[in-house]
Amino acid sequence: MKILVCVKRVIDYNVRVQINRQGDGVITDGVKMSVNPFDEIAVEEALQIRDRGDADEIVAVSIGTSASQQQLRTALAMGADRAILVESDDEIQPLAAARVFHKLVEKEQPGLVFLGKQAIDDDSNQTGQMLAALWQRPQATSASSFELNGETARVTREVDAGLEIIDIDLPAVVTVDLRLNEPRFVKMPDIMKAKRKPLETIALSELGIDAPPALETKNYEPPPQRQAGIMVETVDELIAALRDRGVL
Amino acid sequence: MTRVLLIAEHDGAELNLSTAKSMSCASQIGETDVAVFSNGADSLATSAATLAGAARVLHASRPENAKPLAAVLAPQIAKLAADYTHVLAPSTTFGKDVLPRVAALLGAPQVSDIMSVESERSYKRPIYAGNVIVQVSVPDNCTVCGTVRIASFKAAATDGNAEITAVSPDADLPAHTRYIDLQAQVSERPDLQSAMRVVSGGRGVGSAENFEIIYGLADKLSAAVGASRAAVDAGYVPNDMQIGQTGKIIAPDLYIAVGISGAIQHVTGIKDAGTIVAINKDAEAPIFALADFGLVGDLFSIVPDLEKKLG
Ligand SMILES: Cc1cc2nc3c(=O)[nH]c(=O)nc-3n(C[C@H](O)[C@H](O)[C@H](O)COP(=O)(O)OP(=O)(O)OC[C@H]3O[C@@H](n4cnc5c(N)ncnc54)[C@H](O)[C@@H]3O)c2cc1C
Repeated sequence: MKILVCVKRVIDYNVRVQINRQGDGVITDGVKMSVNPFDEIAVEEALQIRDRGDADEIVAVSIGTSASQQQLRTALAMGADRAILVESDDEIQPLAAARVFHKLVEKEQPGLVFLGKQAIDDDSNQTGQMLAALWQRPQATSASSFELNGETARVTREVDAGLEIIDIDLPAVVTVDLRLNEPRFVKMPDIMKAKRKPLETIALSELGIDAPPALETKNYEPPPQRQAGIMVETVDELIAALRDRGVL
Repeated sequence: MTRVLLIAEHDGAELNLSTAKSMSCASQIGETDVAVFSNGADSLATSAATLAGAARVLHASRPENAKPLAAVLAPQIAKLAADYTHVLAPSTTFGKDVLPRVAALLGAPQVSDIMSVESERSYKRPIYAGNVIVQVSVPDNCTVCGTVRIASFKAAATDGNAEITAVSPDADLPAHTRYIDLQAQVSERPDLQSAMRVVSGGRGVGSAENFEIIYGLADKLSAAVGASRAAVDAGYVPNDMQIGQTGKIIAPDLYIAVGISGAIQHVTGIKDAGTIVAINKDAEAPIFALADFGLVGDLFSIVPDLEKKLG
């Protein structure tokens, strides 16, 4: 079985994101970029399935500018076998991304597609579900445990009420949550080895995809700031302050 | 004409409060019908009909709708959507799962986590863990699909009396996805997403046993209990208590953060709280920059003391 893993280049989660002067985007120049943390977990899960002997090839795929090669190299260094970059300089929204991944799925015929449940830039949490819809296959979102049983998989999903367990037939789309696994650390020799692994680049325009309707985004602003509060010295002072505010 | 279809969330017995909150958002956009997917349970449709602002309730009852499987619900919702300009669902794990699947079937983009309605097709939403707010507009040539950030809206009143219509959208339902079980925490405490008061513990609490002091304070305040990701990862508490970017977004009147440092991913889940109290032994902890009241010290002496003195 082949597994496709989708990897997105995003601003590193430790960076304090700044809005640009025009208010029409965020500053990315000179900012540390990384693999979306959820996607690292997706890569790790695919690798663990291969390491158990249940998959024979892991293909990491990304959509973005040529800079996204970096993130694909990270996936290759973690252990993916090859990578595909669908290159585009345009902003790619979830529905467009899902159409691209659907095209790749038709070509590659994977048994499983793993994605992060959301990307920490736009926080949309849509692409996996949209891909599953276009592919007309099962989706298991927010997975915190994954167990393969031949042609089906049992997935535990983190939901608001607790843990939901579902069975899905393969092929299927799985979006992963943070507690699914701990991604491995990449070692220096792996980075060297990754440089020799195949990374294919396809121009988005070559895929012949209908551009879907897209959202227009404007007015980037900081969130409303909370008033700085006061420090109290004792528990009695705290209780008095809360009573004063009428919240106790 | 603007017509909104709101997908109700429920647990098979009762509507989730997220439905009433999403109703408030939907009403700001236009005339709203509420769709209830269930297996029987007519009382769900009856309670949806009481939501103030609901014009009609569409009740799609069939055995396959017993559990909220996105792959089963999405084709039915997409069918019903033909009569609507907008399809909304709460931005809970339920809505996040099902609505993008609907949007893709409709060939429409989705607006996730609507915080405010700027116009019929234009909304504010958070990105970058709530560090940036943007305004997004949906083009005219497609259905508006959106999930509602429920912490941004008050629950609609329940004094309505909408007409209930049985519907059976004709769609092929897949058998490739099967519901097995829900492992839910049974708790006598208030529900985290609707509680007026929440007491949360972080890594500083140190263990599952130590969390008893958090529960003790919460019970004294009739509060729900939440946690940081670090506390969930460490196994002190179950996942459904996680607050933040990838957990629950809440807006209680009072939030007490105990032994939580205040990482941006956590803080984004509590920004709409009325009053925030932080208890932390590190005076430099970022949580103090956001707290209305901060108390520096050892949580193991402060929290029991606070519980006792609340009488
Ligand atoms: C993609 C991504 C998504 C994330 N999503 C979330 C999310 O949804 N929610 C979330 O919470 N986090 C999330 N995180 C994790 C987040 O970045 C932080 O790691 C986490 O919130 C830290 O939890 P904490 O404050 O409990 O632990 P720490 O940061 O370790 O803080 C513990 C605090 O306890 C204090 N303390 C220790 N002992 C005592 C004592 N005896 N008395 C008083 N104070 C004490 C310390 O001073 C410290 O400030 C996410 C991270 C990533 C990368």
